[in-house]
Amino acid sequence: MLLPFMGPVAPAREIEKIGIPGLEQILASPEDRLYVVNFWATWCPPCVTEMPYFEKLSKEYQDKGVRFILISLDFPSQVESKLIPFLDKNKITAEVKVMTNLDYNSWIEKVDSSWQGNIPVTLFFNNAKNVKYFHPSEVTEEELRDLINKYKE
Amino acid sequence: MKKYLFISMAALMITGLLNSQSPYKAGDVASDFKLKNVKGEMVSLADIKDADGFIVAFWCNTCPVVKKYDQRLQALHAKYAPKGYPVIAINPNDPAVSPGDSYEKMKETAEKLNYRFEYLFDETQEVARKYGATNTPHIYILSWRDGKLVVDYVGAIDNNTDDAAAADRKYAEDALESILKGQPVSVAATRAIGCSIKWKKG
Repeated sequence: MLLPFMGPVAPAREIEKIGIPGLEQILASPEDRLYVVNFWATWCPPCVTEMPYFEKLSKEYQDKGVRFILISLDFPSQVESKLIPFLDKNKITAEVKVMTNLDYNSWIEKVDSSWQGNIPVTLFFNNAKNVKYFHPSEVTEEELRDLINKYKE
Repeated sequence: MKKYLFISMAALMITGLLNSQSPYKAGDVASDFKLKNVKGEMVSLADIKDADGFIVAFWCNTCPVVKKYDQRLQALHAKYAPKGYPVIAINPNDPAVSPGDSYEKMKETAEKLNYRFEYLFDETQEVARKYGATNTPHIYILSWRDGKLVVDYVGAIDNNTDDAAAADRKYAEDALESILKGQPVSVAATRAIGCSIKWKKG
């Protein structure tokens, strides 16, 4: 009986949890399209700052063959309490996965040999075209758009 | 051809200047420094008596990963300072970018958390750049050998940020135990997710 007063109830959001095999599968994607893979967390202020750019451009480029994946490094214990509320509040519809392997040293190097583990970072790649660029820090909206346009072709 | 070579070398050099240097690795000789601690005193590693080496930790007041490791860094100091390896924590963050990392806030943090180790402010960020630190926390274990500060280990404290009890690889401790026994450090470099150092803009 309380329901009518609660407004529309959003469907419960499910976030795919991945480990090293899931990460490797993303990194090895054979399709001929640009992947934009951002590593971030809700506890990281510069990551949160750039999140709207990823959301906006993921919509803008969804028909242009670019696939965005936002890999959250929120602690597994905070997926329900921090990550999902953040995504709901900021209306993030882009694809989000959460990396649950906390043994960071066992996988950071697989993403890029130069990465020391700081976030945010973003990886751009198209394996079919042998394109790979690792961006080692935060981006502005303009930088993100320029990088996508540069590596998309 | 010569001209091309020159241009590509110049480009490489500029790239090198723009990015911070790659981190020190085991076997490198680290630079000493002179930085202000939370008591307002200038501290150099060479001035610290009775130390055979140091656990240098790039650190800050604000990063949630640092906060997760707070007790663990204090425990490392309590255990290894008496054995000749004190913790030296260094905050390299620009307070203009991260206001919670100002010198005043460092004093508050050190007092609130009862830091027993030195907590220094790398205001110019020169030390972080020289060491090639990229994130907080970022640990460098150094040993005095023949008057030089030799890097023995670079990386994380252990392999589980979220839960100290679940960490089954204690990288920093393992490295220190090997060093104290005069043995080579078996894992001398690790990587871990952390907060980017907040570099000065422009």
